[in-house]
Amino acid sequence: MNKITYREALNQAMCEEMERDANVFLMGEEVAEYNGAYKVSQGMLDKFGPKRVIDTPITELGFAGLGVGAAMAGLRPIIEFMTWNFAILAMDQIVNAAAKMLYMSGGMYKVPVVFRGAGGSAARVAAQHSQALENWMANVPGLKVVMPSNPADAKGLLKAAIRDDDPVVFIENEINYGDVGEVPAEEYIIPLGKADIKRPGRDVTLVAHSRMTGFALAAAEELAKQGIDAEVIDPRTIRPLDEKTILQSVAKTNRCVVVEEGWRFAGIGAEISARIMEKGFDDLDAPVLRVTGKDVPMAYAANLEALTLPSVAEIVEAARVATGRA
Amino acid sequence: MATKEENASGTPALVFEGREHSLESLHEMHDMMLFIRRFEEKAGQMYGLKKIGGFCHLCNGQEAVCVGMQHAARPEDYMLTSYRDHGHVLARGSDPTAVMAELLGRAGGIVKGKGGSMHMFDAERNFVGGNGIVGEQVPIGLGLGFSSWYRDDGRVTLCIMGDGGINQGGVYESFNMAALWKLPVVFLIENNQYAMGTSLDRASAETHLFKRGISFKIPGMQIDGMDVLAVEKHMSEAIEHARSGQGPILVEAITYRYRGHSMSDPATYRTREEVDEWRTGRDPIARLENQMIEAGLASEDEFKQKDREIKKRVTAIAKEAEAQPEPDPAEMWTDVYANPIEDAYPYPGKVG
Ligand SMILES: Cc1ncc(C[n+]2csc(CCOP(=O)(O)OP(=O)(O)O)c2C)c(N)n1
Ligand SMILES: [Mg+2]
Repeated sequence: MNKITYREALNQAMCEEMERDANVFLMGEEVAEYNGAYKVSQGMLDKFGPKRVIDTPITELGFAGLGVGAAMAGLRPIIEFMTWNFAILAMDQIVNAAAKMLYMSGGMYKVPVVFRGAGGSAARVAAQHSQALENWMANVPGLKVVMPSNPADAKGLLKAAIRDDDPVVFIENEINYGDVGEVPAEEYIIPLGKADIKRPGRDVTLVAHSRMTGFALAAAEELAKQGIDAEVIDPRTIRPLDEKTILQSVAKTNRCVVVEEGWRFAGIGAEISARIMEKGFDDLDAPVLRVTGKDVPMAYAANLEALTLPSVAEIVEAARVATGRA
Repeated sequence: MATKEENASGTPALVFEGREHSLESLHEMHDMMLFIRRFEEKAGQMYGLKKIGGFCHLCNGQEAVCVGMQHAARPEDYMLTSYRDHGHVLARGSDPTAVMAELLGRAGGIVKGKGGSMHMFDAERNFVGGNGIVGEQVPIGLGLGFSSWYRDDGRVTLCIMGDGGINQGGVYESFNMAALWKLPVVFLIENNQYAMGTSLDRASAETHLFKRGISFKIPGMQIDGMDVLAVEKHMSEAIEHARSGQGPILVEAITYRYRGHSMSDPATYRTREEVDEWRTGRDPIARLENQMIEAGLASEDEFKQKDREIKKRVTAIAKEAEAQPEPDPAEMWTDVYANPIEDAYPYPGKVG
């Protein structure tokens, strides 16, 4: 095992795959000479040269489309969005082109592109730079949506995403970039579409992805002190969703809280709770509860920002309600 | 060159390329540039003390663009820009305490603490943001210009973007429509040579950005953005062009930001010599001071005294802003809808 940061894990995944496959290249704003706005691509220009690590102008729609076309021609682009807020400009290429190309072409054109970058809120960057949009992407057939919560998952999942023949939306989290975690020293891949039980427990299932996995684990610690044994599941891949692991857990705990940073309306929690209702209704002893970001744009003021984001305390409270202890 | 003259009524003035500036107007421009400089320095300090959070983009070095264009515009003209907006909103005449309070996330912030550094707005002064997504303000500016065409209200829109922002596709869609319908818009490019860590030549095939409108038949001019009198003169011409119904015009102001892109950028992509060359050789505030001193219109001591006063004023503003409370927590739920429907928040995010 090696102890590395989340950003180093992503860097290693890209470097290893670029060494393995000459068709893989990295393109985005500030990825080369600046070593990445968040230093995820540190050293990659030196290692691979300007043909494979490419700085772009600020033209998200254009270079996302470039990624689609290059992938159709057999390359394996990694297209970095400085943050997913800016990928909104590229949504046509992601949703209308990348996601549907294989289907529209009757299976002729695969689009093995990875769109990656930071999603969710950073700190105090206000409405246009603080939003979790994974539910938008996860709504689209043809896309795979991956959101790692720790360094080991980040590395193994990104390698899988790069090797995958479909367009993968890979959403990182800026606040997690500095997190340190143990990562296997030998090469490994984490298959897409597999959830991970981050903490086993008997009393209540907490489902949480990306930065919220850490929040759920912290809530589980607090709940343990109160005599509630929470199981924490990280779906890791949002689409396709590993509902089996979630349903098995709920069959054991009979209670579930879904946590997400994004807005509640038609969110990931809505999807998961609907699936539990459809396929695990008889296992439930209480309604599935959701802890989400508040249904408002993100404000700048520190107090409003804290209120808008989900908190560990809210997760604890929801788990207490779900287990009848509130 | 600027020369000292006396106008018809015998009051002292300075003539720059045929335009006469009264002593009062010169002092106004100078004082506002210096005020913006000291305000930004204070903001930088407050950021260092973690009193300001998130992204904070300062405009040190670019003051002449903000102030010169403001002096060329009318109060009813619309102005909108990117996230590097403190200088513009201050030049527009907004309450500096409210701007500082916004940076600090306070209740009395210019947008109630909701927007922070990147999202300054002042409807009363027709300042339409403060936009965080690169290039986003350009089509919005087009829409403001359209409204003036539609209403024939005689207003001009000053639509400001960076040398990085110029490469967004929406800019060209806007250029085409603005030219097609002859909308009263001045597209102003603040070419400060860098978009984050990317120098102009690494992002733009055509680095003469004022030519970017040619294929849309939009006339363009390049101006010295480090000279407030040049900015005032050429922006006046550009605004007149747009106001007279001749359609949009493109102005590229050559300028430089002294600080990093934002407070977290060490700016290692450029040399200290390069920064010094601009800072000491072309500083817009020192330049106007020298012009005024050479013309015998002011003295060095006078400017030193002013600087002391402005610094004091900025310190007082920061103190006053800091003393304000944070926004009321209930503000989290306001301003989402102009016509909130009853139970507009069916998901308050509360458990139970
Ligand atoms: C669509 C979009 N892409 C990327 C960013 C990140 N970003 C913020 S500022 C910036 C550089 C913009 O440079 P320029 O337009 O020259 O303006 P300046 O900062 O120099 O004033 C970038 C890439 C963003 N905010 N929006
Ligand atoms: Mg720039």
